Amino acid sequence: MLVCRDLVKSYRNKTAVSGISLDVEPGKIYALLGPNGSGKTTWMKIVAGLVKPTSGTITYNGEPIGANTKRKIAYMPTEPFFYDYMTIANVGKYYQDFFDDFDPNRFEELIKQMDLNMTDKAKSLSSGLAAKLKIAATLARKAELYLLDEPLNGVDIIARDHVITAILEAANENSSIVLSSHLVDELEKIIDNAVFIKDGSMVLCGEAEKIRAERGKSIVDLYKEIYA
Amino acid sequence: MYELEFDNNVPIYIQVLNNIKSDIVKGALLPGEKMLSARDLAIKYQINPNTASRIYKELEAEELCYTKRGLGTFVTEDQEKVENIKEEMSNALIDTFIKGMKELGFSKEQLIEMISERYERG
Repeated sequence: MLVCRDLVKSYRNKTAVSGISLDVEPGKIYALLGPNGSGKTTWMKIVAGLVKPTSGTITYNGEPIGANTKRKIAYMPTEPFFYDYMTIANVGKYYQDFFDDFDPNRFEELIKQMDLNMTDKAKSLSSGLAAKLKIAATLARKAELYLLDEPLNGVDIIARDHVITAILEAANENSSIVLSSHLVDELEKIIDNAVFIKDGSMVLCGEAEKIRAERGKSIVDLYKEIYA
Repeated sequence: MYELEFDNNVPIYIQVLNNIKSDIVKGALLPGEKMLSARDLAIKYQINPNTASRIYKELEAEELCYTKRGLGTFVTEDQEKVENIKEEMSNALIDTFIKGMKELGFSKEQLIEMISERYERG
């Protein structure tokens, strides 16, 4: 389980994350909600071990973030992470070299399921196809915690169903998934917990079903209210 | 994938639950038929997997399905249970209808007359 307490990340003239305390439990899907620039990506990068927090503590199963936790945490950044010369098969190989938990069979399955071809060049992919490739590569890892930054960005309605199906297939009682998005309505049905972030701080966090019952509003409506 | 128009004002598990119940009533799901695993149900409706498990718990509590260990979940073979939900669902529809028509100021006699007239027209 991921535990963060009072996480802060400040840059010279900007505080990206200002005091986030959040636990991520196994077997659950979380939505990290907030407009662009609210701190979602910085938080994910801290968890992935790519950014060092300025202050606060963060542990995964009691261990500080480091080489060991990186092996169990799969992070998908918003930007594409493959080189232009690569084919989809190359992307799979590249990932296999990097991560012990990468399952090439699962990767092949996901690629097929998403209507991609192993021989396609990564460079020639439209934004929607590139988004699917990123998802396939990340979810082909048998990780314990998946961090998907804006998995539905640039994804059309047909591709969205593919992406959501792949995410639901990756969900099980031993793994957790954190999805960031500013497109809330697409996530409403698939999440256990919602975390609303505004200007680097958590403004609301809890079980989606409970939030809906207590406030008498959908997550979508709450989002509009919080960020209007 | 299943095209269910979700209403954001009703809990998701209730919407899917009602959809499955009406599948049982309509015979789209037959008595004794094996049902999807919770995982596949989540994928079919594109909903949270824990919500899907909760739906099966709920169906089981209402004795509309049962689990055989290691084999899966099956639709009840008890026809009476099916009749019960059919009645329950039709009552809910009629109650909503009557309430709405009462608010519009129609009497019982008018309602009965209007229904039989429109029913013939199909």
